[in-house]
Amino acid sequence: MLYVNIEKRLDRYTLKANFKCEKDTLALFGASGAGKSMTMKCIAGIEKPDRGVIQLNDRVLFDSNKNINLPSQKRHVGYLFQDYALFPDMTVSGNILSAMRKLPKAERERKLSDLIKRFQLNGLEKRRPELLSGGEKQRVALARIFASSPEVLLLDEPLSSLDTLLKLQLIPYIREIIADFGGETIMVSHAIEEVRQLCPKLITITDGVTSIETNTEDYYTELKERYESLKTL
Amino acid sequence: MIILSEQIMDLYPLFNSLRIAAISSVIVFFIGIAAAYYIAKMPRFIKGVLDVLFTLPLVLPPTVVGYLLLLIFGPKRAVGSFFLEQFNVRMTMQWWSAIFAVTVVVFPLMYRTARGAFERFDENLADAGRTLGLSNTYIFWRIRLPYCKQGIIAGVVLSFARALGEYGATSMIAGYTPGKTATVSTAVYQLWRTDNDELALRWVLINIAISAFVLLILNWLEKPQRRSR
Repeated sequence: MLYVNIEKRLDRYTLKANFKCEKDTLALFGASGAGKSMTMKCIAGIEKPDRGVIQLNDRVLFDSNKNINLPSQKRHVGYLFQDYALFPDMTVSGNILSAMRKLPKAERERKLSDLIKRFQLNGLEKRRPELLSGGEKQRVALARIFASSPEVLLLDEPLSSLDTLLKLQLIPYIREIIADFGGETIMVSHAIEEVRQLCPKLITITDGVTSIETNTEDYYTELKERYESLKTL
Repeated sequence: MIILSEQIMDLYPLFNSLRIAAISSVIVFFIGIAAAYYIAKMPRFIKGVLDVLFTLPLVLPPTVVGYLLLLIFGPKRAVGSFFLEQFNVRMTMQWWSAIFAVTVVVFPLMYRTARGAFERFDENLADAGRTLGLSNTYIFWRIRLPYCKQGIIAGVVLSFARALGEYGATSMIAGYTPGKTATVSTAVYQLWRTDNDELALRWVLINIAISAFVLLILNWLEKPQRRSR
């Protein structure tokens, strides 16, 4: 269970994010600059809200009233950055291993080979990120996130920077990863087609304010009807 | 003149210059990086003040730096008299006195190059590291520094080159004692002053050769290597 109820004053508007996600995949849908990424960064502990509460399962990550603000390191939030944020001076293996530094060596090596296999990175272990394609980079970033054993997945525009063909190939793959993960997944997107492919539910965010949760298909139908009626004007 | 050219050249100034420049570069490497890293996180006003303060030695005449250092380390001044009385150590006119002078003069070069390198760092990488559970120390040494490596190495080389050439502040705080505090730059001045033109010229040529070599290394380092950013 991920519960978010936060406020943060920004330049153009005040972010007011209020939603709950329970063992599900929820999309945060909105235009660019509407506060999607900022909300994710608050959950991950990269940005600090002015006030509010963030709770993940039985752990309070942030509570302004109780002065709780866990550092990112202790939140166990798996954050897939839009540009993947792979460490450029480490190899693929190095990137994945960096997230498992606290594990004993034998377990680390075992988990590494599991992840390499699962994310189809065989043969790329010694490569530097600069020599990887966009899809490969994303797989490394995902493997690195799973190496850190996250309790929640945050995917920041996981498909938008990929070309159409790759996107089509990746959708079932990402769907499978989310299903395997089994926990809460929040996906940020500005493309309704991508949301329909991956998230049964969505909340919209407009100028920093989140809506109530709706079924993606209902929202899509409504959007389509509105668009159709506009066309007939 | 012919007789002069046969005299065996005393290489002590070269040794002393290299030693001073090397030690100062190491000191400046650590404090320059630390200053650049911590200043970036400070509130804007303090950042502005400290930035001016740290860059000042770059534009001040070295004699002013020397004068200020003598105000601190001179035998009758606070720090100087303390060391003289407590440890019977004179802080000025030693070969290592020049390290104070050179470190202060060279510090802005390291500080500014390191700061420039840090500013180009992609903060997303540090954020990603933190969400993966990596400590800030690990992120600094294994992600941030390697990313900024080129700029930082360039800063060290530039500092070393400048350190070799420091004259003004050094001559004020360390003076010129042959075989003791003499450096290449102070030797050139002394030799010229005492009409030992030929020997002065030799030191000048040695100095140019070393500096050119160091700058060559610097240019080579600044060439974009493989990674294009």
